[in-house]
Amino acid sequence: MNRTGAPMILLRGGRILDPSQQLDETGDVLLSEGVVEAVGRLGEVRRDGNELETIDCAGRVVSPVFIDVHCHLREPGREEVETIASGARAAAAGGFTAVCAMPNTDPVTDNQAAVGFILSQARRAAAARVYPIGAISIGEKGETLAEFGEMVGAGAVAVSDDGKPVVSAQLMRTALEYARTFGIPVADHCEEPTLAAGGAMNEGITSARLGLRGIPAEAEEIMAIRDMLLARLTGGHIHLCHMSTRGSVELIRWGKERGINVTAEVCPHHLSLTEEAVEGYDTNAKMNPPLRTAADVEALQAAVKDGTIDVIATDHAPHHYDEKEREFADAPNGIIGLETALAVNLTWLVHSGIVALPLLVERMSCAPARLFKLPGGTLRKGAIADVTVFDPDAVWTVDATKFASKGRNTPYAGRELRGLVALTVVDGRVIHRRSS
Amino acid sequence: MTGSLGKDLLGLEHLSGDQIRLILDTAEPFKEISERAIKKVPTLRGSTIVNLFFEASTRTRVSFEFAEKRLSADTVSVAASGSSVSKGETLVDTARNLEAMRIDMVVIRHGASGAAQFLAERIGSNVINAGDGTHEHPTQGLLDLLTLRDRFKRLEGLKICICGDVLHSRVARSNIWGLKKMGAEVGVCGPRSLLPNAIEEMGVTVFKRVEDAIQWADALNVLRLQLERMQAGYIPSLREYNRVFGISRERLERAPKDLLILHPGPMNRGVEIDSDVADGPHSVILNQVTNGVAVRMAVLYLLAGGKPELAEAAKGGGGR
Repeated sequence: MNRTGAPMILLRGGRILDPSQQLDETGDVLLSEGVVEAVGRLGEVRRDGNELETIDCAGRVVSPVFIDVHCHLREPGREEVETIASGARAAAAGGFTAVCAMPNTDPVTDNQAAVGFILSQARRAAAARVYPIGAISIGEKGETLAEFGEMVGAGAVAVSDDGKPVVSAQLMRTALEYARTFGIPVADHCEEPTLAAGGAMNEGITSARLGLRGIPAEAEEIMAIRDMLLARLTGGHIHLCHMSTRGSVELIRWGKERGINVTAEVCPHHLSLTEEAVEGYDTNAKMNPPLRTAADVEALQAAVKDGTIDVIATDHAPHHYDEKEREFADAPNGIIGLETALAVNLTWLVHSGIVALPLLVERMSCAPARLFKLPGGTLRKGAIADVTVFDPDAVWTVDATKFASKGRNTPYAGRELRGLVALTVVDGRVIHRRSS
Repeated sequence: MTGSLGKDLLGLEHLSGDQIRLILDTAEPFKEISERAIKKVPTLRGSTIVNLFFEASTRTRVSFEFAEKRLSADTVSVAASGSSVSKGETLVDTARNLEAMRIDMVVIRHGASGAAQFLAERIGSNVINAGDGTHEHPTQGLLDLLTLRDRFKRLEGLKICICGDVLHSRVARSNIWGLKKMGAEVGVCGPRSLLPNAIEEMGVTVFKRVEDAIQWADALNVLRLQLERMQAGYIPSLREYNRVFGISRERLERAPKDLLILHPGPMNRGVEIDSDVADGPHSVILNQVTNGVAVRMAVLYLLAGGKPELAEAAKGGGGR
C-alpha cells in the first residue's frame, strides 16, 4: 500500500502538454504516491503490489492542472450562494485543482483564524485545493493594515481587498512594502471609486442608449498606473486583477518594460464578450469591471498572447438567482466562471487561432503557480500529482442547472462551447470524472 | 393580444418609422373625443389596466388615466408608496401577482432603466413604458412628434434641438430615436457634463452654445433641469445654467425665424426656460399635454389589437 492510499494512475496515450518543460508529445503519465512518477512512453508499468488504474487518454490533452488565482467561494457568510465545498467541486469540474479564495466573505478573511477556517473547510470538502487570500485591510475598510504575517503563517498566499479598491495611496504603499517581508503578491482591484460610483456597465454608446450609468475605462486605468508607480517606489509585487481595458494593457506593458514588479490577470469573459451582451438588460452580463468594447477584447487577447497579461483567472462570483432577477442597476455584480473557463478560453482564444494551446496551459496553470508560489503547474517528475485531462474539441451546450457550483449566473447559458474537462486529479486522486 | 405594434411599447428605439407613423395617424381621430361634451367611447370596455407608478408623477399618470377612462377601460392606479413595493416586494413578484389577476395591460413608471422590459418579458399582459429610469419615455416622445407634426405638417427635414440634461433624460432618448426615424435632424445642446460621452454616436449634432442651436433649429425641446444635478456637482449653479443655457426671449429674438418651443414639464421657470418664453406665442407646451391624451389613447387602442383603419369607426358608437 502506498502513502496516500490511492491507487497508482496511468494516463495512457494522451497529448502531454507541459509548458513548464516545453513538453508537447504523445505519451503516458504515471502518478504514484501523490506525485508525478514518470512521463513519456512508459510501456509496461511495474505495479510493485500497488493497485493501478489505467485511463485511456487517446485524443485528449494531459496537462498540469489549472490554477485559479481569483475566485469567490462566499463561505463564510453566504453559504446559500456557494460554499467552499460546492466551489471546490465546481473547480474540479472545470479542471482546476487549486483556487485562491478572495477574502470578501462575511466576516472578512482578515486574520489568521479566518484563514484557518477556510483551510479546514477545504480539507473537509476533499475536492480542489483552496488557498486563502487574506485582506489587505481589516474588514476591507481601507483603513488599518491586516496582519499579513499571521495570515501567511496560517496559509494565506496573497493579500487583496478585492471587491473594493484600496482608496488610500498611502495604505497601498504600506501594503506593498509590508508584503515584501512575506514574499506575497498584493492582488489589486483597480477602481477609482468616484469615477465608478453608481456605474452599472461600461461607459459608451451602449450605456448611453440603455440609459445606464457608465463606468469609464479610466476608472480602472488610473488605479492600475497609480499602483504600478507604488510598486516601483516600494519594490513590492503588484498583481493587477481582472484587467478589462486596452488602456490597462498599454500601461502594464509600460510598467513591465521598466522592470516594475507587476503581473496581471484577465478573466475569460473579458476575453470573449463585449458590452453588447448587456443589451436587453441581461443581469448575467453585469460584473465589475464591466464588459467593454471589441477593441478592448482584442487588446486583451493580444496581451495574453504576448505575455503582457500573465494569467487568466475566473473571478468566479456566484449569486443567488433572486438577486440577479431584478432591475439591472440594482442587480449585484459578478458571474460564475469555474466550469466554463476552459471552454471559453479554448473557444475564443485557441480555436479562433489567436493563442496556441500550450500557451493557454501556461496562462491557466504554470504562470499562476509561479506568480503565487503554489505547488503544481508542472508535470516534472516528483511534482505533485495534480493533472487535468481534457478534450479540446468536444462541443457542448452550457446548461447552468447542471453545474456543481450553486451559482447559475452565467452569460454563456445556452451557448455552444468547445472544450470539455474529462478528468481532474488532485494529489494522485481522481476528484472529477466526466460521466459520459 | 398582439396588434400592429407587437405586445408592448417599451421605447421608440426599436420601432420602425411606419409603426411610429401609425401611432401618430391613429391619434388623430382620438383627439376629437377629448373635445366632446361626453368624453367617452366604448372601445376598451371590459379591459382592465393597471397604472403602476414606482415614481411620483402627476402629469403622465393623469394623462394615462384619462386616456384609459375615455376608452372605457377599467383602471387601477397604484403608487409605489403605500403598496406592497414599499414592504420590499420585488418587481418580479409584483409582476406575477398582476399576471395572476388577469390584467390586460400594465402602464409602468419606474426609476430603473429597463424596468418596463423586465416586466414585459415576465408577463403576458401588454406593457406600456411610462418612463423607465434614464432610458425611454416613448409616449412623451410620440406626443412631442404629434405636436411638431401638427404645427409643421411634416417631420421630415425638420431641425429639432433638444436642450439641457440629455444624460439623465428618458425624454431626450425617445425624442432622438423618434425624430430620426421620422426623417428629422436632431441636435442637442447643454453642458458637456450633462451629455452622454458617446452622444455623437447616436447620430445627433452637438451644439456647444445655445445661440448656435437657436440659429440652426426649427424647434427647441427644452428639458427640465433637476435640482439634484446641481447638488451632484454636474453644474456649478442654477443661476449660471440659466445665464449660459437658459432659453430666454432675448436669445430667441436673435433667431433667423420663429422657433417652436416644447417642454415635457414640469418646468423650472427661470432655470432652463424663462417665463416669457414658456407663456409666449411660440410655446406649444399645453398643446403637448392635450396631445398626450390622444397619443396614449392610440397606443392603448393599437396594443389592444385595434385595427388602425377602424380607429375612426371605433370611437363612434356610444358616447354621443
